[in-house]
Amino acid sequence: MPHQSYLEAIRDGLREEMARDSAVTLLGEDVALGGPFGATRGLAKEFGENRVINTPISEGTVMGLATGAALLGFRPVVEVMFIDFITLAMDQLVNHAAKLHYMSGGQLRVPLTVRAQGGAGGSSGAHHSQSLEAWFIHVPGLKVVMPSNPADAKGLLKTAVRDDNPVLFIEHRGLYPSRGDVPAGDTTVPIGLASVRRSGKDVTVVALSRMVDVAIEAAGELAGQGISVEVIDPRSLQPLDLETIVASVRKTNRLVVVHEAVETGGAGSELAARVQEAAFDYLDSPIVRVGAPFTPVPFSPVLEQQFVPGKDRVTKAVRKAVGRKP
Amino acid sequence: MKKAEKEDLLSILKTMETIRAFEEKASELYAQGHIPGFLHLGIGQEGVAAGVCSALAGDDYVFGGHRSHPHEIAKGADLGKLLAELAGRSTGYCCGKGGSMHVVAMDVGFVVATGIVGGSIPLALGAALVCKERRKGQVSVVFFGDGAGQTGAFHESLNIASLWRLPVIFVCENNGYAEFTPLSTHTPVAHLGEHAQTYHIPTVTLDGNDVLAVRKAVTEAVGCARSGEGPSFVECLTYRLRGHYEGDPAKYRELSEVADWKAKDPIRRFTTFLLEGKTSSEEEMANVRRQAQEAVQGAAEFALASPWPTTGDLTRHVFAGE
Repeated sequence: MPHQSYLEAIRDGLREEMARDSAVTLLGEDVALGGPFGATRGLAKEFGENRVINTPISEGTVMGLATGAALLGFRPVVEVMFIDFITLAMDQLVNHAAKLHYMSGGQLRVPLTVRAQGGAGGSSGAHHSQSLEAWFIHVPGLKVVMPSNPADAKGLLKTAVRDDNPVLFIEHRGLYPSRGDVPAGDTTVPIGLASVRRSGKDVTVVALSRMVDVAIEAAGELAGQGISVEVIDPRSLQPLDLETIVASVRKTNRLVVVHEAVETGGAGSELAARVQEAAFDYLDSPIVRVGAPFTPVPFSPVLEQQFVPGKDRVTKAVRKAVGRKP
Repeated sequence: MKKAEKEDLLSILKTMETIRAFEEKASELYAQGHIPGFLHLGIGQEGVAAGVCSALAGDDYVFGGHRSHPHEIAKGADLGKLLAELAGRSTGYCCGKGGSMHVVAMDVGFVVATGIVGGSIPLALGAALVCKERRKGQVSVVFFGDGAGQTGAFHESLNIASLWRLPVIFVCENNGYAEFTPLSTHTPVAHLGEHAQTYHIPTVTLDGNDVLAVRKAVTEAVGCARSGEGPSFVECLTYRLRGHYEGDPAKYRELSEVADWKAKDPIRRFTTFLLEGKTSSEEEMANVRRQAQEAVQGAAEFALASPWPTTGDLTRHVFAGE
């Protein structure tokens, strides 16, 4: 099994899908040049600039153009360079791509994949660092995927490209260099299936994107304190594999949700609501949320470090859930 | 005049009369409570829709906006399914989930109308990109009003269409008002074609109530697009004889202004032209009108006899493939 970085896995996923289906077309700023992180490096040379299309800095129109092309048989993959810039494309993504299948009574389909990377780190400031997934799980018609490791990144991306619905594929910039085993060949990962990343019996921790690694690290430390933590990566928020999460909570009777996005109105709030509806009688303590404070992402490294949830905040939250002192 | 030529002109008249009859029927059904929601009618703007679509082929793509019944009809949409959609019935084009502003009629290449002003312009570019790659000579046409000329999507789209030489035709129906407000309050530019010229797009500004002038300009634009020369911009100066929506008292404009434009009614102008050229007779044209009205009446009866959507339809079509 090849050992690859998250970024290489994404590039391979794109390459394989482009080779498999000539309808797959990439669009975005600088994509023909490889993009700022190299996710599309070499693809323009391999597939031609009519399939790896550099666009002007016109996010809204590019999103609409890709949506229109998707309606008529293309399977576009749009790269939004930083998820912060997706604000400029909200009308086309939310009002058009997400809704046209429904509004047309099923006449139209939108097989569109939107790749966007987000997350804090490296003092990129409040316009190049956000985690905005919660906005999109509120929109009927959009699927929202957040891979946490190279194998999932590749397998989920391939599934997203083949999906007949718009899929927002949210990468974490901080994960790009992280390495892992990636199954060779045409291996896909279904959207809507959670992954139990570590088994445990005392507390369930549901973590998103880069926070999965943080949760696993915290679980290792907590094991030394006699607390057994089960870590679940939902991998997609829409659709959400509530069944796997609820099954875990029925076993552990405690839940902590961890994400890098601002805690208020975050995906963790939705998760908490749905778990208590489905398994209230199984819960032995209140569900604990761990997210960023209610501030824009700060610039200074000292502040940014405090903004992003780390291992210590997760261990503290787990100890709270099991009734231990912080 | 050859028979085929005459039939061609009468078919344009039939399209215009059908649009007029449809919009008048929609107004009537709205007043009676059979059509819910907001209803934006294109009475007075028939010349643009009929002129543009008479220059298109069946497999060309058309996109519209909130005032697009004329475009849908001119592209050949089924009147019964259209009126049923306006009435929110399950037999409508979109199973009653779209409504007046959001019609999709893929069977005739009317891809989508959207309720977001300017929103369909980028979508039409996407269709044009597909047309360009397919190399079958298809074109994409997008209708929008003067109000859309102040959106970002409009300017970004003109830029990209020109840059990539996309086979798209921008049809601006400049009816002088963006909702309640005259164009001059929204932009210092008198004619939106000026913007298109800035982006190096061949542009024509013309009398949109002259259906044959519209057709001629669009025929040229379509020829350019099909042969790979890229986009064109056709600005049609016209006027909506009704308010922005049904129920709008339209106090923001002078009655004399409305009267002036009534005198320039595109249908009357065309029938006068056909009479003066001895192409057709009063009787023949009255027959065209009557046939249009009968078709619309049949459509209305179909719509109102149609079932409502069921509760099961509420959550259907959120995701494809489910």
